[in-house]
Amino acid sequence: MKTGVRKILEKYGKDKTRLMDILIDVQSEFGFIPREITVQIADDLGMSEVDVDQTISFYHFFSQKPTGKYHIFLNNSAVANMMGRKEVADTFTRELGIKFDEVTSDGLVGLFETSCIGMNDQEPAAIINNHIFTRLTPFRAKEIVRDIKEGKSIEDMFVADYGDGENRSDLIKSVVSNNIRKIGPILERNYKSGQAIEKITQMTPEQVIDEVKKSNMRGRGGAGFPTGLKWEFCRNTKGEKKYIFCNADEGEPGTFKDRVILTERPRLLFEGMVIAGYAVGATEGILYIRHEYKYLQAYLESILEKARESNYLGKNIQGKKGFNFDIRIQFGAGAYVCGEESALIESAEGKRGEPRDRPPFPVEKGYLDMPTVVNNVETLCSVVKVVLNGGDWYKSFGTTESTGTKLLSISGDCKFPGVYEVVWGFSINDILDMVGAHAEDVQAVQVGGPSGAIIAANEFNRILGYEDLATGGSLIIIGKNRDILTNIVLNFTEFFIEESCGSCSTCRIIPTLLHNKLVKILNARGVKQDIDDMIEWGRILKASRCGLGQTAANPILSSIKNFRQLYEEKIQKNKVFDSGFDLSAAVKESCKVTGRVPNI
Amino acid sequence: MSKPIVATTSLAGCFGCHMSVLDIDDRILELFELVEFNKSPIDDIKKFTKHCDIGLIEGGCCNSENIHVLKEFREHCRILVSVGECAIMGGLPAMRNGIPIRECFEEAYLNGPTVVANEEGILPNDPELPMLLDRVYPCHEIVKIDYFLPGCPPRADLIWEALVALVTGDEMKLPYEVVKFD
Repeated sequence: MKTGVRKILEKYGKDKTRLMDILIDVQSEFGFIPREITVQIADDLGMSEVDVDQTISFYHFFSQKPTGKYHIFLNNSAVANMMGRKEVADTFTRELGIKFDEVTSDGLVGLFETSCIGMNDQEPAAIINNHIFTRLTPFRAKEIVRDIKEGKSIEDMFVADYGDGENRSDLIKSVVSNNIRKIGPILERNYKSGQAIEKITQMTPEQVIDEVKKSNMRGRGGAGFPTGLKWEFCRNTKGEKKYIFCNADEGEPGTFKDRVILTERPRLLFEGMVIAGYAVGATEGILYIRHEYKYLQAYLESILEKARESNYLGKNIQGKKGFNFDIRIQFGAGAYVCGEESALIESAEGKRGEPRDRPPFPVEKGYLDMPTVVNNVETLCSVVKVVLNGGDWYKSFGTTESTGTKLLSISGDCKFPGVYEVVWGFSINDILDMVGAHAEDVQAVQVGGPSGAIIAANEFNRILGYEDLATGGSLIIIGKNRDILTNIVLNFTEFFIEESCGSCSTCRIIPTLLHNKLVKILNARGVKQDIDDMIEWGRILKASRCGLGQTAANPILSSIKNFRQLYEEKIQKNKVFDSGFDLSAAVKESCKVTGRVPNI
Repeated sequence: MSKPIVATTSLAGCFGCHMSVLDIDDRILELFELVEFNKSPIDDIKKFTKHCDIGLIEGGCCNSENIHVLKEFREHCRILVSVGECAIMGGLPAMRNGIPIRECFEEAYLNGPTVVANEEGILPNDPELPMLLDRVYPCHEIVKIDYFLPGCPPRADLIWEALVALVTGDEMKLPYEVVKFD
């Protein structure tokens, strides 16, 4: 065991900022991270044991206990539940004879839950030993358990054909489907990689930034910060070294467009990173990808290698003296909050993914305290097209405030879930029409994932764009027969509780209190005051440090705002106060332990 | 006009908050001019004999007896005040909330360092005894609480100011130094 770990440590030069990579390798080699290895890592990296422990315990895919030879992580997102996850989960627990978070006694299989894995258009989905299984059914679950018991390799368990496009390529071989339904100027097929890089060798970095500024492009991750401005800030900050980060953490439930770009247009993305590097004067790029997409690793690495061979990466790129840039891939290990840029940087430095206090912003003091630009996958792809066709060309798409196109990840109750590249400025009604959902069958649309808003039919004429409905691109369509409070709001609130980093007391505590209130209302013990309390308490979350905490009440607040009748139907009309306390339930355990009959 | 009636009790608390009431020193004479006490350890009246205006609750709820008393206070008092950390948040007793009930019993009656004579290994289960709750609850999770006085204990001045304000209907003076959370 010791030599195995030593090899891993040496692979990363015993650099403690590479702790994430070290732990990912240890986890994959041993199936968990045993205590003695933690001690060895701490010793060799010159860290304290608790420092290593706190990184391990923060991430969902690190485990300090054995997780089984086969570890099944079944997604529990809202859409997975809409698509029949419960039956699949029940089949797994029944066939394996274990509950979730348990490992079979022979150590063969571990069963775990996990937050949205970016497969909303092909749910229910699971990750088994880093391989994605999509469109699960109880029958498939049974088959998988049977195959596991027979000791089959994961590859042999795929019975269906591989997915479409590059998913079939030798280096991916996955059953995941791209489901690209609409192609626009960013996803277009005729793209030839490298042209934009060749073009910028004839431009000054300032000219590149000016072109991007001219395009009025705003960040595609959701917050919408002007890209050109961000680059300019970073360029103007002094620093020994500068970094370009591509944020491919894509953890917002319902979002999966970045996965499709990584699969089908990775060269476009890498080219965008090189352009960003040239513009701000950075020499290193880091692509931070969520652990759920680890199945793309070999494929992406091979493309980087080819780019190096043809000098689109490396030293003196395309003959331009001093134009040096290279990219490495950093995987996460399962934490939604790492999609927040400063948490992402912390994570890439090998620490817990806790958001930093700002200012200073990453452009001043980012990765390893150096000026750092963090851009979304889609932003970096769009930049390439801006460089090739000009900022004015880009502005010709979309609206004044929201220029260009947007990739939407659409899932839920519609005929054609998948990725759509549309120009900004469409209404929700247009979108419903496009994806094969009849507006009259749709009860609600969740715009922008759990941190966004749930809107009702009377607002379906609202326009997607920064002027009206801003979105990072996730749209979940909720049909008439769904129970919004149980299927959606409760699920999303549990998601925020699970994914809070725990740093701010507001975000650590209030979502749990809101959850308890919601459960109380669902159990018919609620009163009007509970609804008022939720609205009042939800506001306090705005005091949290990052977007996760600040938006953690959004599922509840926006559903109260737009679907208040669903709450009012469930509360007690004749009572003004009910604490929801149940004495007989509260004494049950202690009476059992002491062996007495409760007398209430 | 008859004097306002006050009742007090200590649930899962340490009586520290009651001690803090006594810390109002000579103002206690003024207090007795101002109010009449009913059920309270201060006058040792065990059962409610009247409907009261103000109920002061020290401590949270750790067993069925606490629940019973708290509900009784809610029925008999117009205004109910959670006094101190334990009533408001569960306080020190709530440290057991993360520990399984069985372990709590075993620590207290079988394995703990203070266990000296329980050779038969009995966990108390007489029907007369209050039943332990699954966790320690703050008072407002059981009944409606109207006001909260923070502190461990709340300072005598805070309790005094609050009582006087409730009785006279005047606005409460809350200087920074008086409100402490520990």
